[in-house]
Amino acid sequence: MPLAHLLSYAISGDPPAPNDMNIVACIKRVPATETQPRIAPDGKGMDHSTTEYMLSFYDEIALEEAIRTKEAVGGEVTALTLGPAEATKEIRDCLARGADKGCLLTDAEWYARDTRTTAKALSAQVSAIGADVVFCGRQATDRDNAAVGQMMATYLGWACVTDVIEFSLDGTKGSAMRESEHGIETYTFELPAVITCQKGLNEPRYAGLKGIMAAKKKPIEEVDPELVDNMTEVLGVELPPARPEGRIIGEGTAAIPALLEALRTEAKVF
Amino acid sequence: MSKIIVYVEQRDGTAGRASLEALGAAASLGAEVIAVVFGAGSASIALSAARTVALEGEQYSPDALAADIAAVANEEAANAVFCASTGAGRDLAPRVAALMDCPCFSDCTAVAADGESIAYTRPTLAGKLIANIKSTANAVATLRRNCFEAAEGESAVVAARPASTDFKALLVEIAEKTGGKLDVSEAPIIVSGGRGMKDPSNFKLIEDLAAAFGNAAVGASRAVVDAGWRPHSEQVGQTGKTVAPQLYFAIGISGAIQHVAGMKTSKVIVAINKDPDAAIFKLADYGIVGDAMEIVPALTEAVKGALADA
Repeated sequence: MPLAHLLSYAISGDPPAPNDMNIVACIKRVPATETQPRIAPDGKGMDHSTTEYMLSFYDEIALEEAIRTKEAVGGEVTALTLGPAEATKEIRDCLARGADKGCLLTDAEWYARDTRTTAKALSAQVSAIGADVVFCGRQATDRDNAAVGQMMATYLGWACVTDVIEFSLDGTKGSAMRESEHGIETYTFELPAVITCQKGLNEPRYAGLKGIMAAKKKPIEEVDPELVDNMTEVLGVELPPARPEGRIIGEGTAAIPALLEALRTEAKVF
Repeated sequence: MSKIIVYVEQRDGTAGRASLEALGAAASLGAEVIAVVFGAGSASIALSAARTVALEGEQYSPDALAADIAAVANEEAANAVFCASTGAGRDLAPRVAALMDCPCFSDCTAVAADGESIAYTRPTLAGKLIANIKSTANAVATLRRNCFEAAEGESAVVAARPASTDFKALLVEIAEKTGGKLDVSEAPIIVSGGRGMKDPSNFKLIEDLAAAFGNAAVGASRAVVDAGWRPHSEQVGQTGKTVAPQLYFAIGISGAIQHVAGMKTSKVIVAINKDPDAAIFKLADYGIVGDAMEIVPALTEAVKGALADA
């Protein structure tokens, strides 16, 4: 429980709100969705020299759910990231949308960290913050591992539901739905918990002018994180092979027999 | 020789296809393979593995199951744990990795022996870049569907044990999909529609074509999902699902990079678009230029006819 609430309790005698939550949204600075990557000279990563960055798509959904949770039950939202000094830009974006404060685990080599190193650094900070609930995007749109949320929860010994499309809290009891190949699954759990957020959970809000102005005054704590050595060794990266040139079979419905013939005899897929 | 644990998903006593492929991938490395299955009926499943550990339990909790899988990996001193890259596999694998304190490599498309170690190939940036990586210690990996030969066969030894009941998150309900609709991530054929379908009601034409094939799923571009025409579960692309079916139809889809990233490893791509300069035609094996509203119903009839003759 935040100290301020204990103090106000001591002064006023009112009990603290039972659901006053310490909420964390984990976010990541990633290459913009439109990026066409080039390979770095060492052949082991992408060339970041000209890359534009943005807040990872699913992290916008995570931040939105964090803010909605605060709006529903009260509390405070911290936007947490492991990133370079420049990632204060993505944190400010979160502050402008409604997060109360930011926390940057400063790491110039953030891009080279593997899932284990990243999850350990973030979960250590989540413990330090004393969070009750952590929202992450289902995956970062650069590495696409969809792993750090579950790994954090496991290192913390917390409950975790992934790919969540519906989330609710009743006190410290949570309920979350996720979509699998078989249908919609509902899970129940007790806080603390890590929730990884899937598209469809909410519609993320944009930052308004008022939010952008307010964000300038909100605090961003910069922490020098403890980072364990990567266990992942990159052997090399390459661009995917280009598809062989296709052909236009024809125009309109007249082309249908030729298409079916090609699918049957040439491609042998039908 | 390396030792690999493969978590095999089963439903009603039948192993999932993607899990059989994960068994095949492990066998292709010349590893000793130990299968782990969970749930009622799991002890009776025959699998291509040196041994099978059947975890007998009624209630599903991803954290409890991950703990059981990691316990088997530790007992066996395994070098790696493989799961299928399914909704359940991708949920579990990172938890197992954290319990083994090693990295998790998701959605791998190839594995290869690299000395004593294993090299993993996986797409990043939604397939715009392919990374070859290995772990300096153990690793947990999820393996993408349709990338590995399935291993079928009989496991000689099955050891059953009770599954952990130390639950944090517990599955309490599954609202099963109705009407046997296939998911885009599973279907061998996908018929996707985009903005060129002009109106949500015209997706009936897409659904009809998918139904004519019998084993096809309906897909959608980001534009039509964002517009609310189609559910997010159908979205193919960078913020949707990455798919690699045998046959992919892109209908009224221009070929934006976000969409292409999610489907360009499909075996055969067919594009139908009224704009002959649409980017999708550069990618498609076969293209038809024209109005989807006319072509798709005619194609549906032709497919029905062809399948009736076959």
